[in-house]
Amino acid sequence: MKKKLIKTSIIIFFLFITIVFFVGLNKSSIYDTKDLVGQRLNNISLDNFNSDLKITEQDLKKNNYSLINFWASWCAPCRDEHSFLLKLNNQNNISLLGVNFKDKKDNALKFLEELGNPYDSLARDEFGKNSVHLGIYGIPESILINKDLVVIKKFIGPITEKDFDYIIKTIKR
Amino acid sequence: MRIIIVIFYFFLYLNNLNATPMADQEIIFKNLRCLVCQGQSVADSNSDFAQTIKLVVRDQIKEGKTEKEIYKFLIEKYGEWIVYKPPLNKSNSVLWLFPYLIFIIGGIMIFLLLKKRPNR
Amino acid sequence: MLSNLGNLILFISAFISLSIIYISFVNLNDGKTVLRKKIYQLCLFQSTLIILSFFVLVSAFITSDFSLMTVYQNSHTLKPLLYKISGTWGNHEGSLLLWLIILTIFSFLFLVYNKDHPKNYRLYTLITQNFLIIGFLFFLIFNSNPFSFLSPIPKEGLGLNPILQDPALAIHPPLLYVGFVGSSIYFSAAISSMLSNYSGKPFALSIKNWVLISWSFQTIGILAGSIWAYYELGWGGFWFWDPVENASLLPWFAMTALFHSLIALEKRNLFYFWVIILCIITFILSVTGTFLVRSGILNSVHTFANDPSRGLYILLFLCFLIFTSIFILFKKFQTNNYKINSNSKETFVLINNWFMIFYLVTVLLGTIYPIFTEVLTSQKISVGPPFYNTVIIPLVVLFLIFMSIGPNVKWIRDNFKNLNLLLKILAASLIINFLIIYFFKSYSLLSNFIIISSIFLIISTFLDLYKYSKKKLFNLSRLVSHLAFGFMILFIGLNYNFSFEKDFNLKLGDKKKFADYTIEFENINLEEFKNYKSVVGKFNIKNYSKNLNLVLSPEIRIYENPSTLTYEASIRSGLLKDYYITMSNIDRSEFYNIKFQKKPFMMWIWISVIFVSIGGFMRIFRNEKKIN
Repeated sequence: MKKKLIKTSIIIFFLFITIVFFVGLNKSSIYDTKDLVGQRLNNISLDNFNSDLKITEQDLKKNNYSLINFWASWCAPCRDEHSFLLKLNNQNNISLLGVNFKDKKDNALKFLEELGNPYDSLARDEFGKNSVHLGIYGIPESILINKDLVVIKKFIGPITEKDFDYIIKTIKR
Repeated sequence: MRIIIVIFYFFLYLNNLNATPMADQEIIFKNLRCLVCQGQSVADSNSDFAQTIKLVVRDQIKEGKTEKEIYKFLIEKYGEWIVYKPPLNKSNSVLWLFPYLIFIIGGIMIFLLLKKRPNR
Repeated sequence: MLSNLGNLILFISAFISLSIIYISFVNLNDGKTVLRKKIYQLCLFQSTLIILSFFVLVSAFITSDFSLMTVYQNSHTLKPLLYKISGTWGNHEGSLLLWLIILTIFSFLFLVYNKDHPKNYRLYTLITQNFLIIGFLFFLIFNSNPFSFLSPIPKEGLGLNPILQDPALAIHPPLLYVGFVGSSIYFSAAISSMLSNYSGKPFALSIKNWVLISWSFQTIGILAGSIWAYYELGWGGFWFWDPVENASLLPWFAMTALFHSLIALEKRNLFYFWVIILCIITFILSVTGTFLVRSGILNSVHTFANDPSRGLYILLFLCFLIFTSIFILFKKFQTNNYKINSNSKETFVLINNWFMIFYLVTVLLGTIYPIFTEVLTSQKISVGPPFYNTVIIPLVVLFLIFMSIGPNVKWIRDNFKNLNLLLKILAASLIINFLIIYFFKSYSLLSNFIIISSIFLIISTFLDLYKYSKKKLFNLSRLVSHLAFGFMILFIGLNYNFSFEKDFNLKLGDKKKFADYTIEFENINLEEFKNYKSVVGKFNIKNYSKNLNLVLSPEIRIYENPSTLTYEASIRSGLLKDYYITMSNIDRSEFYNIKFQKKPFMMWIWISVIFVSIGGFMRIFRNEKKIN
């Protein structure tokens, strides 16, 4: 009896491992932070692009929804998502905060002149330090938050049509 | 013999005195994983991301944060993936405790095997 | 043309394997005591064919025949000849062919070298081994065919990843494969031993040298990989606890446990089923390692181009291996009543195994745990160096102490008269440790313990050497391996304790001062080579207090096929320490990131590991001499 128990538990143990391996095979081994949603952002303090003022939580609380978008003039995929950002600018339930990431001021301005400025407010992160406080690890990356500064969704990489539709659906609710 | 043991403990005591409370940046860099690389630490990587993390960690050390606080901050922002030493919590308890469990079981098994016939 | 030839050979080999299995089964029941001649011939023919197919692939690589998919994906006409050849096994398909070579050669040699063992035992071994061969041949032919044809034929290949274009990495896979694929033969022998009820001392004798061969090769294989990582990956470390590295270490632990137990089986007829389990575990871990590396299930710095279908196949194969072995083991398992004294050599063999299993479980768990958290809780975590160091290092101390005592203990029963001597050795190692720390001024509790215990091991092994050299009875191989292992741990401990590292950003022409060092970034040059361009920096490193003045030139290489950037460290190796510098560009800035390191005793770590494996080889020759 005791022997049988040991034998079955050994077999179950190995079965369990192989099943886990099998399921694991179909999961991606590349990491991203997409799943880190539902947190509340705090201690936000971003440098305003044009002045010495800071953009803080109070500024973001004013809007029902905000999209914080990290971009730079040297980032090629940022150009792809720009048209969607411009379209979002026309929506009235959401405010766009652009954070210019590790960029030169002149180049950033040229970029906006060329493609249009979709942002309601503009911040600047010269060394990329503030982006770490928001959990950014590569650009383009955008964070959708609500009034209570809770992260609803993270967009890693350029915003696509699908992401755009998702945002529209969320803010119209 | 006793003197040696006393000296030994004295040196151990010295070790504790010498342990500096300041967080060591190189150690922290080594214990952080670069998110955009394939299995490299922040110390080993030269990616943009690693550079930024290094800046932030240096700042936080200057602010007087301890190693643990820095890890906690980064885990909050990037998830547990970023640290190479998984924190001891419920879901990682098996990882941390199972090896010792095996060690203890192994010890007991050897002990039982020897006990079967006591030494004369 | 080559594609057809290669495929033909593979199909014939698969057919031969089937015939060997068939004839062996017939031979089992024919009442004769000898093996049929045909079996030898077929085995020889089979290994020759596989080697031939390997040479077909090598020649395709040398002539850059891009009609083969594998060659197209991993070679380029401009690559130096050496790397064209090593490119053959630098990819998944080619390395599997190398895998098959070892399976078949070992199968043949085992047959030839074990003529004085019973027929059934040899036949069952051969049958099991040929099942393994067929498994891998099918995998090769239907999933990862190195001879798959590409049409239209491309003009140029995609090239081999430049970090693999390196002499240490050219020899690393073959060495490692002899190690862990070699373990297949004692897996087969273990299965066969259970099926044919052939146990005890003769069984131990028949696999002893095979275990030693695979262990010795595994040891230098790991070393070659480690050396490569040290100078090529540009991080200045030599072991990163990366999943791929762990995959090579896991069978090593199992092999080490195995050949220690094997001595007990040979000398005292103990632990038979434990030896069988270890044989099985070793090979299963080798296949598991292959699964983890090739399926891409884990995120690693050495990731091969991966493909889940490969993973699925290896997983099925692994499943088959595990459950068949468990089934046979359950059928044959008997509990034995061993009579062991606690103060006997047997106990210390058990202690060795106890620690090895602990290391094995720790490393295995650390490696695969992220898969479990992801599947079960969909949370991704990383398990890296700090985990392994925290769990493993404290127990290394204890292990080294046991390792110093163990070999001197007699079989059956000993009376610890030499306790006094041990205490003296301990005192001496404490003193040496404090001298080291007094002169070099560095403190870390754990590394102190490591240094003490390794010195303890070294001193007691030296005393052994002295004691034994007076007698005729003399086991030099064990002393060499143990001594070298003690030195390895000592040098790793010293290296860890006294390494110096500085990470900073520097502009061309600037100087950086820290501690007693001044590092000047003097100039930068662009040089062109056959298959890459190189940005070479020139750094003057001065240390006035040590009268040090040297020039190091790290590089950033730009390869075009495939287009990759690699960072080449510049290392000044010395007897006592290495100076190590790397430089990398920072995007959109005129600064370069510089990493300067002083790494003491690197060379001695390598030398110690070489001697650890030399001990293994010496034992093989000694065993051979004894038999003759």
